[in-house]
Amino acid sequence: MYLVSHPDEVKVISFRFGQGAEQIDKYIELGGYEQARRAIDMGPEAIINEVKASNLRGRGGAGFPTGLKWSFVPKGMDRPKYILVNGDESEPGTCKDRPICEYDPHSIIEGTIIAGLAVGAKQGFIYMRGEYRYLLDIMDKCIADAYAKGFLGKNIFGIEGLDFDCMSHSGAGAYEVGEESALMESLEGKRGVPRIRPPFPAVVGLYGGPTVINNVETIASVPHVLRLGGAEYAKIGTDRNGGTRLFGISGHVEKPGVYELPMGYSLRKAIYEVAGGIKGGKKLKAVVPGGSSTPVLKADEIDVGMDFDQLAKAGTMLGSAGIVVLDETVSIVEFALRTIKFYQHESCGWCIPCREGTDWLKKTITRVYQGNGVSKDLDNIKYLAENMMGRTFCPLGDAAAMPTIGFITKFRDEFEAFLSENPPTPGLVLQQAPNLVQLAAH
Amino acid sequence: MSTPTTIFSAELAARLDRLVTLYPVKRSALIPMLLYAQDEIGYCSDAVVAEAAVRVGITELDVRNVLSYYSMLRQKPLGKFHIQVCTNISCMLRGGYEILEHCQHKLGVHENKGVTPDGLFSVEEVECIGACCWAPAVQVNYDYVEDVTPASMDAAIDKYRQLARPQ
Amino acid sequence: MAEVKTVNLTVDGKQITTPAGTLLIDACKSVGIEIPAFCYYPGLSLQGACRMCVVRVEKMPKLQTACTTPVAEGMIVTTESEEIAQSRKGILELLLGNHPLDCPVCDAGGQCELQDMTFKYGASGSNYVETKNHKEEQQWSPVVFFDRPRCILCYRCVRVCGEGMDVWALGVQNRGSSSVIAPNGGDHLDCEECGACIDICPVGALTSGAYRYKTRPWEMNHTATICTHCGDGCKTTLGTRQDNAGSEIVRGDNRDKSGINGDFLCIKGRYSFDFANREDRLTQPLVRQANGKLEPTTWEVAIEHVGKRLREVRQTRGGKAIGVIGSNRTTNEENYLLQKFARMVLQTNNIDHHRTADYPALLAALGGAANKAASLRDFEKAPAMLVLGNDPTEQHPALAWNIRTNVRTNRSRLYLANHADIKLRRQAKAAIEIPAHGYGALIRYLAGQESEFVPNDTATKFREALLAEPELVIAFGSEFRGRDLETLVAWALTLPNCKVAALGDYVNSRGAADMGVLPDFLPGYAPAAEGAGFADEYGAPLPTEPGMNLVQMMDAAGRGELGALYVVGSNPVSRYGVEPAVLANTFVVVQDMFLTETALLADVVLPAANLYEKSGTVTNTYGDIQLVKKASDTSGVRTDFEMIVRIADKMGARAQSMVPFGKGLRADLGQSRGAQSGEADRHAVWLAANNYEPKLSPFDPFATFDEIQRLVPSYAISRFELFSGADKAMRTDLVQIANFPADRADLVLPANDTLFTSGTLGRYSKVLHEVMESRETSPAETAAD
Ligand SMILES: Cc1cc2nc3c(=O)[nH]c(=O)nc-3n(C[C@H](O)[C@H](O)[C@H](O)COP(=O)(O)O)c2cc1C
Ligand code: SF4
Ligand code: SF4
Ligand code: SF4
Ligand code: FES
Ligand code: FES
Repeated sequence: MYLVSHPDEVKVISFRFGQGAEQIDKYIELGGYEQARRAIDMGPEAIINEVKASNLRGRGGAGFPTGLKWSFVPKGMDRPKYILVNGDESEPGTCKDRPICEYDPHSIIEGTIIAGLAVGAKQGFIYMRGEYRYLLDIMDKCIADAYAKGFLGKNIFGIEGLDFDCMSHSGAGAYEVGEESALMESLEGKRGVPRIRPPFPAVVGLYGGPTVINNVETIASVPHVLRLGGAEYAKIGTDRNGGTRLFGISGHVEKPGVYELPMGYSLRKAIYEVAGGIKGGKKLKAVVPGGSSTPVLKADEIDVGMDFDQLAKAGTMLGSAGIVVLDETVSIVEFALRTIKFYQHESCGWCIPCREGTDWLKKTITRVYQGNGVSKDLDNIKYLAENMMGRTFCPLGDAAAMPTIGFITKFRDEFEAFLSENPPTPGLVLQQAPNLVQLAAH
Repeated sequence: MSTPTTIFSAELAARLDRLVTLYPVKRSALIPMLLYAQDEIGYCSDAVVAEAAVRVGITELDVRNVLSYYSMLRQKPLGKFHIQVCTNISCMLRGGYEILEHCQHKLGVHENKGVTPDGLFSVEEVECIGACCWAPAVQVNYDYVEDVTPASMDAAIDKYRQLARPQ
Repeated sequence: MAEVKTVNLTVDGKQITTPAGTLLIDACKSVGIEIPAFCYYPGLSLQGACRMCVVRVEKMPKLQTACTTPVAEGMIVTTESEEIAQSRKGILELLLGNHPLDCPVCDAGGQCELQDMTFKYGASGSNYVETKNHKEEQQWSPVVFFDRPRCILCYRCVRVCGEGMDVWALGVQNRGSSSVIAPNGGDHLDCEECGACIDICPVGALTSGAYRYKTRPWEMNHTATICTHCGDGCKTTLGTRQDNAGSEIVRGDNRDKSGINGDFLCIKGRYSFDFANREDRLTQPLVRQANGKLEPTTWEVAIEHVGKRLREVRQTRGGKAIGVIGSNRTTNEENYLLQKFARMVLQTNNIDHHRTADYPALLAALGGAANKAASLRDFEKAPAMLVLGNDPTEQHPALAWNIRTNVRTNRSRLYLANHADIKLRRQAKAAIEIPAHGYGALIRYLAGQESEFVPNDTATKFREALLAEPELVIAFGSEFRGRDLETLVAWALTLPNCKVAALGDYVNSRGAADMGVLPDFLPGYAPAAEGAGFADEYGAPLPTEPGMNLVQMMDAAGRGELGALYVVGSNPVSRYGVEPAVLANTFVVVQDMFLTETALLADVVLPAANLYEKSGTVTNTYGDIQLVKKASDTSGVRTDFEMIVRIADKMGARAQSMVPFGKGLRADLGQSRGAQSGEADRHAVWLAANNYEPKLSPFDPFATFDEIQRLVPSYAISRFELFSGADKAMRTDLVQIANFPADRADLVLPANDTLFTSGTLGRYSKVLHEVMESRETSPAETAAD
């Protein structure tokens, strides 16, 4: 991993990146833990109001207003409450929590403390995907340092009776565990199967206690919201989309990387200016704007501002802000196959439409891509995906169906080409996926 | 508190003893416990399952239910250096499959999760590992190798081979 | 009681009012709207996994699952529409894509919920051209087979095993489309083998070894009757098929769920009917020849021989030289008839059976109190339960099921006192451990009497909590008899709303006692000494002196004082370890299915039908009376009822005096009854008064049931309900035992059966054998847990 930079960036959460802020003293020198200390004096209501005013929306993908989420936690203390930080980052195309964990890990701890103060929780958990072992080690050291400085533990910041504990926790490889209720199951040592809602986590969550679940980036933004003030923070972004986001731009661009841009920044500019344009001067074919679950945009659909609302209007989503750029050489069918292969692999299997639907989608697209498709397959792909939409137990089913519907409607001609007499030659995805080949060989 | 007999090293046993005390329920320690155990033993063997069951106070069946869900946890040994090549979208666009094929070819392992005869390496096609902007990306055990080219992959493999040599 | 809040909603245009908190799926069901469901199962945890139950709830953006949505005030719901049908059809198509479409050979064909729904929603798997996954069917235990491709992952089996049985032997492994149901032993199951997972499986994925592919559901006859094993008396539905030796039972299940056992059956009720078809089943009468060998003969010869010899002994040595041993597994009618035969024809009170609970002491202690005897059903709803002694999981599996269900779904409080760490402890709110012989002391302590029990803190709290319970049911094991039992019941009667149950071991142990298969009690616990009323009814003098109990009979035999012993469905030689020499000088007649240890010593062995081959009634240990229906047939055997009547006949007793069949049956008895001559036929009067038809066959057990109902007040229950399959509690308030002797020998010998044993009968069950063997060799048993 390495840092990139562009003049259009507005460095709010990334301002400490590359300055050694993983060292607690450096972090403090750069203003660290000041906001947590301030938050103690502000009190819950003021913190929540500030966060509400900031128009900070969840960076995990759904874009739920963070202040509102916190305000759902019941007041009063009959059950322990928890803050659960979601560092499961596994959506293909997404690698924006990683730099925070590596370059500014204390901001996550500080944000967790502030969230705890806001809702009255005394314990925070930072759940990291199992693959991020080196980040877990960094986090563990930072947590230990924060304990040593008295920012965590008993009587934090020297205030009698004010306790807050925080620990990290490692996952072990499962995308679905990023879904908030499956995340709680996983933290409780179980299979990553989502829970029935209601009750929502804010009321009945971890160990039955009210729980706030936020993405790493959301939590890391919180100290900055307090630092700048809610209103100032909101101003950076667009209407109802406050602040900045870490956009991960990957795929066929000259300068891939994670860039901090204000909400609402132009997708076209992000690709052509910030990320240096299409790699090798090729032509753009399509863009997946917010991680693999967001419907694809065609090359002529990229004049859109990147915030939750504008992208929704454009028929897609901001999601995890992982922009994946596809040049003219990409086979959309191959891309669609690789995408559905992922969801088929990651479906937890709990509910029928997702478990069986992703499996049939994978099988059918594989067959088409092999040149063994039949004409009704294309309608059937759409039919299958549409039958999943809104009918699965958790949003993973939608996450698999939405991009598929996008590919097959926007690039149907490419699918049709595989049904023709002389289908295009399939790429490596087939050879390297023995399970796919075997299936199709029957 | 500590389990009387353990298959783990003293350090790991002590770490696991502590781990179960950190959460409101012991069971919460299960997934990291299995991962750490696997790091030491190489895989989640029957003995690992049995000990984990005792440590968190659930049945072995329940341990297996959980263990089989998580893709990093394995019930068979793999190579000492497990090469995990991401072929997901961002990596695929930048040659992830070519890297996978290169590794398989170079090490002579052709099925997914195949292990070299000397047990040193194994190769697996994996899903996105959070390195999309530095694609194509590979993880060798927990180490990231990013912006991989066939040449840099070869260099990395050589480096691990060196590491495995007795000094 | 607190007012239950109700909620009004509209479903498909119908107004519904239901208690708040009801799930939409149940609310709909209550007004006859059936919503399709695979994963929902009442009483088990909610899943929301199959998505079949989707409905449209107004103001909600997506279709909602009716199985997870609680009703809400003003909710407007549509349960059938094109959109909903399409959604369900889509699910079915996905399932069918991988599911074998060989319904005609599937074991669940005809009983499959997937098949039914596919038909209803017009789905077909034809959108998918890939070959289906096929994996070999696996055998997980002697009784459980798993066919993975048929599994739709509804998780019902996992939940019923875990939540319902508290066994947790099934899990889900892997994820996504590789998800699979897995047994705890890796490739096999270590469990209680109850088969609940099979019963609850909506498709043919889990099937039973006992009947697999033997027949098609629609080729079977189904008879709901009562399990022949433990004292809980579960209803089991036996599927039978005609074969050349009669009609064979091919499967037992619990699909109708109308029984006292609700959703439950244990391995014995579900599978252990296999003794009926054993090779070594007796199908011809055997008579010991001069050469000392038992040789087959005809029924005529055998019965004639028995009648003749018994008559000789009665004439030469008197009734006192004859002993009768009855059964724990014969019907009430047979037990009643047996005691009538003993007392009226053999002229003896030497009648007993293997006693497994001290029922006379229980009834004496209840002293005619009404509503103080707990039914098995009380344990599924009582807010608090106390279990003293026994191990219900092993010995009263249905009771254990009810207790667990009650704790789980009603948060009932379970109190436990035991000398062993029994499994139900996991459900207990409070438990105390006592020494094996400490039950008497414990009950005196609980009852506030002087006691050598030294209470610690736990015990003090235990007692206080019990005393604070506003409503309690108590089940106690055979640890309590005689005086301890009396203390226990007397204490229970002082508690508010308390009911008690004595736990005896076999299907009709209670019935044997109720029907007077005891040396000192006539039917309905009328003391033998006060048998005048019965003598009057029977039209013959009855011995009034209490007879010998089972042990005394054996002693008498050993001394050469027992001329004849008539054993019906019992194996005292094995149970009491009787030396063969003891019976050397006694003429022994045995009615049984097999050449048991006792039968081997007999002079005549008569092949008997088992409980599944006859009709009548049985009474479970709680006093719940239930109907037994004949399910199957084995050629060559006779019911004990018929044999008793025929032996009586050969001894010169008139069949009509044994069994009140035919019209005007007493008319010709007038002269012999002296003072009563000319008196109206009381039985006929009773029949007429109750609007019952006289029975026409001397072998009709319901003729005897008429007589029982007429002469045993506590059995005067609604036969309308009984015959329509309901269980009716025996009326303890109509039992009064005056002068119950304080020093009466209870002679209770607990059978100590486990889940996988069932006295002598269990030894003849192949399935129980296999399970025992598989457990002996199973490595997982020794593994740490
Ligand atoms: C299948 C699935 C995977 C998800 N993975 C992640 C993830 O890896 N990280 C994350 O922060 N949120 C993930 N989410 C979103 C979370 O459910 C949740 O909305 C989020 O953590 C809330 O935090 P936020 O409000 O700060 O975004 C995922 C959701 C779904 C449905
Ligand atoms: S949609 Fe269903 S199967 Fe898919 S991940 Fe969610 S719960 Fe699991
Ligand atoms: S085996 Fe039957 S009951 Fe169990 S999950 Fe599969 S379909 Fe459901
Ligand atoms: S619990 Fe008893 S009555 Fe019920 S099935 Fe089992 S043995 Fe038969
Ligand atoms: S796609 Fe390869 S690391 Fe994300
Ligand atoms: S019955 Fe409602 S989801 Fe299965």
